Amino acid sequence: MLALLKREILLSIRAGGGALTGVLFFLAVVSVFPFAVGPDTKLLSHLAPAILWIGALLASLLGLDRLFAQEREDGSLDLLVMQSHPLALTIFVKALAHWVMTGLPLVIATPLFGIMLNLSPLGIGATMITLLAGTPAISFIGAVGAAVSVKLPRGGMLISVLVLPLVIPILIFGVAAITGALEEPAPFTAPFLFVCAITLFTSVLGPLAASIMLRHSAD
Amino acid sequence: MKLIVENLGLNRASEEIVKDISFELSAGEALIITGENGSGKSTTLRGIAGLLPLNSGAIKLLDENGKQFEGQPREYCHYLGHQNGMKTALTVRENLDFWQKFCGEPDLTIEEALEEVDLSHTIDLPFSYLSAGMKRRVTIARLLVSDRPIWILDEPTAGLDAQSVKMFTALCQAFCESGGILIAATHLPLGIETEKTLEIKASN
Repeated sequence: MLALLKREILLSIRAGGGALTGVLFFLAVVSVFPFAVGPDTKLLSHLAPAILWIGALLASLLGLDRLFAQEREDGSLDLLVMQSHPLALTIFVKALAHWVMTGLPLVIATPLFGIMLNLSPLGIGATMITLLAGTPAISFIGAVGAAVSVKLPRGGMLISVLVLPLVIPILIFGVAAITGALEEPAPFTAPFLFVCAITLFTSVLGPLAASIMLRHSAD
Repeated sequence: MKLIVENLGLNRASEEIVKDISFELSAGEALIITGENGSGKSTTLRGIAGLLPLNSGAIKLLDENGKQFEGQPREYCHYLGHQNGMKTALTVRENLDFWQKFCGEPDLTIEEALEEVDLSHTIDLPFSYLSAGMKRRVTIARLLVSDRPIWILDEPTAGLDAQSVKMFTALCQAFCESGGILIAATHLPLGIETEKTLEIKASN
């Protein structure tokens, strides 16, 4: 399984810089907001947690359509599902690698984008922690969407439509936690724990559901 | 070791394409499946490799004492399909190294396996640089880097030149002599001594 993780990460570095694409997309989304909102820095810093979370959410969806479709095209998928390893574990590792190459760079880039949005240091810290806890869930849920649309030639749009409603709870609790950290008397711990719980829950259920989908979409 | 396939029936898009295929292979035997285009050769092989749900019938893998092997038969198979299952962005070494680690049961080293298919000089080249025939030979080397008792080969010689076909036949012969079971769909006989043939006729 370590070999699979290494291969996935190597592939996303080699094939067109998967990590960089996510961060650039994040930059694009985040940097247009100050222009749209106008010169009101107070309003901007108020909106910043939501903007950062939306940007991260959309950037995390990038590359999900290739997760299994590419494996299917070059015949690797057959070999991946034939092995004695539980298929859910294989999918877990693939989703984890997807997060390492798209979600994690977003977390690391957050301080820079936080400054662009006039977010306080405490707010930047809270955003980084909630993104760190929440973005893996997007990859795990995304794996299910990718498995459903593995046979479709242009499944990218379908994945977004399937996955977005399912990741909205993470968005709600993630932004609520940041607001809680910045403003009294809203709580930080409770929504943050919800984010963690969703990630743990989807890390089990997502790969399992995706493995059932992949077994049944065999042809 | 014995591979028993009984009354295999397989569907493609809710239409039964393969019906009532039965055969038995012991260690060291090879089966060549022939038939027209579209008669269901690939479907049969994918069914045996566990990549398609069986419509009817059963696939069993028994040891010398008639006991079933643990787990699914597919876990003991190498499958060589129409596609190579290699990543073009990785080098030959990285590709083979991954499959060796992922499949487990390492057999030959990557250098030795490439030596067998006469491609030692390509080890550090990206897979995308190779010609179609060379890609196929690297894929054949994948069968050698981890040890599986059954080889399932779908048109294994597609894209190979005459010399490479000879080399591949020798590899198959050696595999069968070492007690392996080989099932191949091909239009040309592989010339293995213990070769049986099975002709599939289109069912419609």
